[in-house]
Amino acid sequence: MTIQVRNLCKAFGDFVALDDVSLEVPGGELVALLGPSGSGKTTLLRIIAGLEPADRGAIFFQGEDATSTPVRERQVGFVFQHYALFRHMSVFENVAFGLRVRPKAARPSEAEIRDTVMGLLELVQLDVLARRRPSELSGGQRQRVALARALAVKPRVLLLDEPFGALDAKVRKELRRWLRRLHEEAHVTSVLVTHDQEEALEVSDRVVIMNDGRVEQSGTPEEVYDHPATPFVYGFLGDVNLFHGRVGGGRVSIGRGTLDAPEWAGAEEQAAVVYVRTHDVELAASPAGAASLEAVVRRVRAYGPLVRVELDLVEGGRSIEAHIPRARCERLALARGRRLFVSPVNPRIFAEPA
Amino acid sequence: MRHKSRSVLPGFGVSLGITCTYLSLMVLLPLATVFTRSAELSWPEFWSTVTSPRVVASFRVTFGASLAAALVNSVFGFLVAWVLVRYRFAGRRVLDAMVDLPFALPTAVAGIALTTLYAANGWVGKYLQPLGIKVSYTWLGITVALIFIGLPFVVRTVQPVLDDLELEVEEAAASLGARRWQTFTRVVLPSVAPALLTGFALAFARAIGEYGSVVFIAGNMPMRTEIVPLLIITKLEQYDYAGATAVAVVMLVASFSLLLTINLLQRAARRRVEA
Repeated sequence: MTIQVRNLCKAFGDFVALDDVSLEVPGGELVALLGPSGSGKTTLLRIIAGLEPADRGAIFFQGEDATSTPVRERQVGFVFQHYALFRHMSVFENVAFGLRVRPKAARPSEAEIRDTVMGLLELVQLDVLARRRPSELSGGQRQRVALARALAVKPRVLLLDEPFGALDAKVRKELRRWLRRLHEEAHVTSVLVTHDQEEALEVSDRVVIMNDGRVEQSGTPEEVYDHPATPFVYGFLGDVNLFHGRVGGGRVSIGRGTLDAPEWAGAEEQAAVVYVRTHDVELAASPAGAASLEAVVRRVRAYGPLVRVELDLVEGGRSIEAHIPRARCERLALARGRRLFVSPVNPRIFAEPA
Repeated sequence: MRHKSRSVLPGFGVSLGITCTYLSLMVLLPLATVFTRSAELSWPEFWSTVTSPRVVASFRVTFGASLAAALVNSVFGFLVAWVLVRYRFAGRRVLDAMVDLPFALPTAVAGIALTTLYAANGWVGKYLQPLGIKVSYTWLGITVALIFIGLPFVVRTVQPVLDDLELEVEEAAASLGARRWQTFTRVVLPSVAPALLTGFALAFARAIGEYGSVVFIAGNMPMRTEIVPLLIITKLEQYDYAGATAVAVVMLVASFSLLLTINLLQRAARRRVEA
């Protein structure tokens, strides 16, 4: 089931939530809509579900115009951030709801409903809790019930709105992996809304990055991470350092240091913003070539495989962050107040907007 | 055991003591007087008083009209609460405030106003007259007065619960293929049922005891439109204190059993929602 979104616009009063958004979700894929809050990702998901009407534009399911199909006929499974379970029903009845409300002719028999529901509860590993009430379950268990409930109606599309947003970090990680495995088994076309970059990059086949009601970039996690199309995408995915400098003639200068910038060989000199990932900052005890910038260590946090080092640049007074391997940190004997030389690797240069 | 019962909040003993004393003084003591006064009658006297045709007829009028009014209020009170919670429109605040007016208005004023409206030549009554519907001075009139005074109870108990009901739950039902009506009966109503039952019980209890507004519109014909509170007053005016309290005792016991039943039902319904 492919989903096509064409030129979607939506405004709430003066606030433009979606500004001419088009995208395509290939059948059987899991696509993440990623963006900060207010970027329009949830609105887009709700319009795909039919929970919200669009001002302009169209939605196609498998080439078929679904723009004005009411939500209950769209056959979408929707999973809400706060579960939205039916409090007065048992876990079993929650999952069975979608089957029970079908018109008589299409309603499965009681035995079939039982089999379907128990099968799904087994899939989400909650079959032993079938008789419990939602209030007796943990957040992670509730979200799994919500997922089973959405899958019970055999949806053509599964839509998840920040499904792990209300859970603590550890459960979130577990459920993320579990969702990925589930997707590989079931292969339902899925759209996941999240503001968590790590979640989007880890779980999805493709990532659509949104900002201010527009799509900034879409592609595989590797594509968007390694080749960010805009400064926003670069800044939003992963930790970055930002330098202001000048670029032109194949070189970029940051303070007294200069770096090669071959893709700017033919460009005239102009102001530029230079982005460098925190793990692309190299530290050395002595200057290493033209690119080195002198800095003073402000804070060292050594937990996990990478040591996080905060430094103040001597020139310009900016502070930057570097993530370096533990062994390297020990060799440099990093401590507060130590003077070092910083050289950015793999910088990404964008012309400064005039 | 002593350690376990110690709560973080202090003053459990004191507050329980005050509660019991207060309730005894304000509720139990006056009610007990009713029982002791009626005890002045011998058992056969008591029985013949409360089973006399006029008394039985008044019970039928009071409980029947109160039940009808509480049922009507449950339906329309729910609707009013729904509209006030779910829709944003000009004048919503004014409408919201108006709901409480039956609480504030002297009941006699309400009774006179309703009687004037529904009398054969009144604003509403003159349109009902040709249809053969008489409201003032009939059983229907009593019900109308009781609906008026009972409305705020249902609206005010249901409103906060509807407010808490997440829209997402209804959206989830719709996405699962439920039609509007199915969402209402299977999702919304069960969640609101305990509150609705409470509102119903309060409106019902209030209607049973109502006197002021009803006496003007009822016509007070013995055997037909005479309510129990009026009958009690009539007996008091004839210095038949024991007879009056005998009727009051039956009314108290009947009301209490009804309210207790509703309370138990409501607890069961609440357990279904919250357990």
